[in-house]
Amino acid sequence: MLADLPLLSLCVWVPIIGGLWVIFAGSRVPAYAVRNDALFISMLSFGLTLLLWRDFDNGVAAMQFTEKLNWIAPFDIFYHIGIDGIALPLILLTSFTTVLIVLAAWEVITDRINQYMGAFLILEGLMIGVFSALDAVLFYVFWEAMLIPMFLIIGIWGGPRRVYATIKFFLYTFLGSVFMLVALLYLYQQTNGSFAISDMHAVLLSLPQQKWIFVAFLLAFAVKVPMWPVHTWLPDAHVEAPTGGSVVLAAVMLKMGGYGFVRFSLPIAPDAAASLNGLMIGLSLIAIVYIGFVALAQEDMKKLIAYSSISHMGFVTLGFFVCFQIFAKTGNWTDAAMGIEGGMVQMISHGFISAALFLCVGVMYDRVHSRQIGDYGGVVNTMPKFAAFMMLFAMANAGLPGTSGFVGEFLVILSAFKASFWFAFFAATTLILGAAYTLWMYKRVIFGEITNAAVKSLEDISTREHTILLALAIPVLILGVWPAPLLDMMHATIAQLVEQLANSKLP
Amino acid sequence: MQNLCLMIVLAPLFGAIVTGLFGRTVGRSGAHWLTIIAVGVSFFLSVVVFWRIVIGGEPSYNANLYTWLESGGIPFQIGFLIDELSATMMVVVTFVSWMVHIYTVGYMHDDPGYQRFFSYISLFTFSMLMLVMANNFLQLFFGWEAVGLVSYLLIGFWYTRDTAIYANLKAFLVNRVGDFGFLLGIAAVLMYFSSLDYAEVFDIASDMTGVTISIWSGQDWSLMTVICLLLFVGAMGKSAQVPLHVWLPDSMEGPTPISALIHAATMVTAGIFMVARMSPLFELSTTALSVVLVIGAITAFFMGLLGLVQNDIKRVVAYSTLSQLGYMTVALGASAYSAAIFHLMTHAFFKALLFLAAGSVIIGMHHEQDMRKMGGLRKYMPITWITCLIGSFALIGFPGTAGFFSKDAIIEAVHASTTPGATLGYLACLFGVFITALYSFRLVFLVFHGESRMDEDTASHVHETPAVVWGPLVALAIPSVIIGAIAIEPMLFGDYFGSSIYVDPENDVLARVGEDYHGVLGFIWHGIWQKPFWFATAGVVVAWYCYLRRPDIPRRIAERTSLVHRMLVNKYGFDVFNDWFFAGGARGTGRLLWQIGDVGLIDGIVVNGSAKFVGWWSGVLRHIQSGYLYHYAFAMILGLLALLAVFVHRVAG
Repeated sequence: MLADLPLLSLCVWVPIIGGLWVIFAGSRVPAYAVRNDALFISMLSFGLTLLLWRDFDNGVAAMQFTEKLNWIAPFDIFYHIGIDGIALPLILLTSFTTVLIVLAAWEVITDRINQYMGAFLILEGLMIGVFSALDAVLFYVFWEAMLIPMFLIIGIWGGPRRVYATIKFFLYTFLGSVFMLVALLYLYQQTNGSFAISDMHAVLLSLPQQKWIFVAFLLAFAVKVPMWPVHTWLPDAHVEAPTGGSVVLAAVMLKMGGYGFVRFSLPIAPDAAASLNGLMIGLSLIAIVYIGFVALAQEDMKKLIAYSSISHMGFVTLGFFVCFQIFAKTGNWTDAAMGIEGGMVQMISHGFISAALFLCVGVMYDRVHSRQIGDYGGVVNTMPKFAAFMMLFAMANAGLPGTSGFVGEFLVILSAFKASFWFAFFAATTLILGAAYTLWMYKRVIFGEITNAAVKSLEDISTREHTILLALAIPVLILGVWPAPLLDMMHATIAQLVEQLANSKLP
Repeated sequence: MQNLCLMIVLAPLFGAIVTGLFGRTVGRSGAHWLTIIAVGVSFFLSVVVFWRIVIGGEPSYNANLYTWLESGGIPFQIGFLIDELSATMMVVVTFVSWMVHIYTVGYMHDDPGYQRFFSYISLFTFSMLMLVMANNFLQLFFGWEAVGLVSYLLIGFWYTRDTAIYANLKAFLVNRVGDFGFLLGIAAVLMYFSSLDYAEVFDIASDMTGVTISIWSGQDWSLMTVICLLLFVGAMGKSAQVPLHVWLPDSMEGPTPISALIHAATMVTAGIFMVARMSPLFELSTTALSVVLVIGAITAFFMGLLGLVQNDIKRVVAYSTLSQLGYMTVALGASAYSAAIFHLMTHAFFKALLFLAAGSVIIGMHHEQDMRKMGGLRKYMPITWITCLIGSFALIGFPGTAGFFSKDAIIEAVHASTTPGATLGYLACLFGVFITALYSFRLVFLVFHGESRMDEDTASHVHETPAVVWGPLVALAIPSVIIGAIAIEPMLFGDYFGSSIYVDPENDVLARVGEDYHGVLGFIWHGIWQKPFWFATAGVVVAWYCYLRRPDIPRRIAERTSLVHRMLVNKYGFDVFNDWFFAGGARGTGRLLWQIGDVGLIDGIVVNGSAKFVGWWSGVLRHIQSGYLYHYAFAMILGLLALLAVFVHRVAG
């Protein structure tokens, strides 16, 4: 009976409908009821995604849990969804993060709690929709719709400069996705009237065509990742967003960009990707090194973590695009898989770690109402448990082996070395820079004598906060010690992707 | 064997987790009993393993435990390689760790972070065991970074002290510079060998001698040289070789048991161990060996000199550690890997002893570390005095002590070596012996002999430390004396290491040294007539004369040679330069890139600029939309004309 249910659709629509229900029904019930409802819905959808995981077949490269319904028949637009080894881990990450966001907002958000919770639940459904859409129009609708709740979250519950931040965020991402729309419409024409992403993968395109499409996609995805130099919206958005907003932004929304590359750019325009890989690798390395230095100069904890995110996302794009150089050098495509898998692992791991770090900042912000490093010092004296958790996440951010932060960086550096010593050299500077900015911040905030009255009166984390941080610590450690299950989930799909890259699509 | 290995590594991990997470539940005594028993179990099982492999002659054990992950067709494994080399290291690590655990009960008695401390040192033992028992580069790197983490946590154990949290950040970052090279080395191994498994890599290493790698276009480097140098950068970080040595003296901010365990006996020798483990690779590159030798020589001599001007008792021992690590590195460079491991082992015992003795003095003096405020302590602390004296004799290589055998072996080996730079290494080691004796006995004389320079309040409180503190001192003093005589023959000249260390027959200096070896007594007799012994004696005599008989002399020398003295006090300026150039430079670069790149160019000109441009342009357009029909009509006519012109041009052209 259970098998007949459209499980994937439920994963998409349960949070969206639940979110709407929380918004409308929630205005008449007390706050605790809203919280309980929101928690229930988020747990329910997390449970549904776990069912996806349980029934997912690692050995299959093709889409699973597919559903296809007519949507706008005259244009051959379908409600067509399904997942593969690339989408599943991201979906799990999304639903897991949402539970934590609901918990993190528990007593903190007092203003319009029903709308806040509702917005995040709807956002969750839309994001799962993005990861599971197999029809380009459906994808685009989810992609753009996702901006609305995010826009509201920053705009309503954000900090003092929220208007500047939201407009910047909206314009950046909207500008990018307009080009993506053009590319999708162009592809619709090329495939003789199909919006199916698989048809777009199959269609033959000349090199100039591919290049135009690649660049159009690049504008959309590079903004989301974000890649240097279109990254400046991210620190502003993070600083102004409420904790939950920062968490979802860092943990999931940035991954939309990386997902876009592997779902669209690489398989649709492999020859363009091959010819433009130098640019992509260059931008990735700039992100890693340049942003690493910039992170060192930050005085605002959220900005620092935001810059650290950009730097870490540089590994994702580096891993994705370095494979062309490896192929050029070794002539072996199986080698290339390691870089892509490294990039994917880095996305998942960064989801946990950056979420954890933003939650840590949130824990302190809720107490002291400041994000400035200079306003802290000696927090360990009053919050030892918190300090221990933050140590773990700081070390994970610095890529310590045994935590998930190491796995992706390690695989990408190993692959980058095969392409060029210097790629690996610059990528590996993150070992030093990442440790420097993370641990220097940790030192100034956590260690030392108590510097002021605010720190002196801090209370250690509550059971609720403890639960949230523990829930993040566990996957960070498990993925560090035994990442094989995550990799096994992706092998088949990435092998297929590599095959697509290996075959020229030139007519 | 697998279960045995698992027990050995998991027992301390279990202790660490329980005391770390449930410290309050198990309480103080629970914490130390649990961890001491766990590490004790680990030690006894290590002895069992040692017995079976080294003495029983069982073949080495090499098996994977589980697949960490698989990517690009390459399985990354976690597994154990237990051969003579790792079995030796396991015994040394667990024994010293065990002693330190016991000692800690006394040393940290009044510390509020008691359970946390035991948790950390047990975690350290686990990490170090994972490092030495690894059968592949990945796990080696795991252990490598994990010991770095624990070192970071322990240096900053007293986290409210500014100096401690400065020192631990510095230690971690400097080590990361080393790891940077190390990781690139591992990447190079993976690229060319398509495996990270030791056995597989070493098997085909000799086929790689001719392979070159192009780093600068047009210049080809020998692959093995590049790999070995990159790996050695890692060793330089962990084993504190110049110029990555700067973190080790500062690491003395941690509690003394840590200085003994991590920053003298075990973790800092990880680099030495690693190079010995990689001997099949290093033997293929004379260039790399030469670099190793020269770096070691520089460290051995110049870091020893710094020990002469330190007044903090722990810092003297710390610089001595640096210098001794230099000796081991010289031995590695001279292809005398077994001599390096031999010295590593003897050094682990006597240096842990010296640190714990220094700690005992510090406890006795109620946390006073300045030697200028000590003197005459032998009356108050006889056991500490005797054991410290034994440790010092072992350190300077007094004939018969453990240090004598290992250090003499190194000096003889480097003397016999033909690796480029060997002469420099020989001279550095030889003069280093004098320096070692001088600073060691400067310490002994200043602390235990002569007249007391304590104030009366302190003098009335000084007492011998409790048995839980001096017990480990005695337990470490015994091997500091006898282990050399026992182990020299099998380790250096016998088949002790079997196939775990590979030496190219052409580089086999120890075989050459072994030709003149005629038993332990012969070695001692021979040693008495050799230069190192005379240098050491001279050092002790000079120390006695300068610091007991005529204490005014050192001051006068310092005044006469103020430039040299200042240079030594400033530690050759490494710290000043690093702070200014690297730390300051990085922060400055960051601020510059942020303010000019992000805020100025991208946001200031492009983003906000385009927003302004849109604003300006809409202002212009507003003027055009005047509302007068003839304006629009005129614009339409202009447009039509333009289109027509283009059309005509296209058709005509």
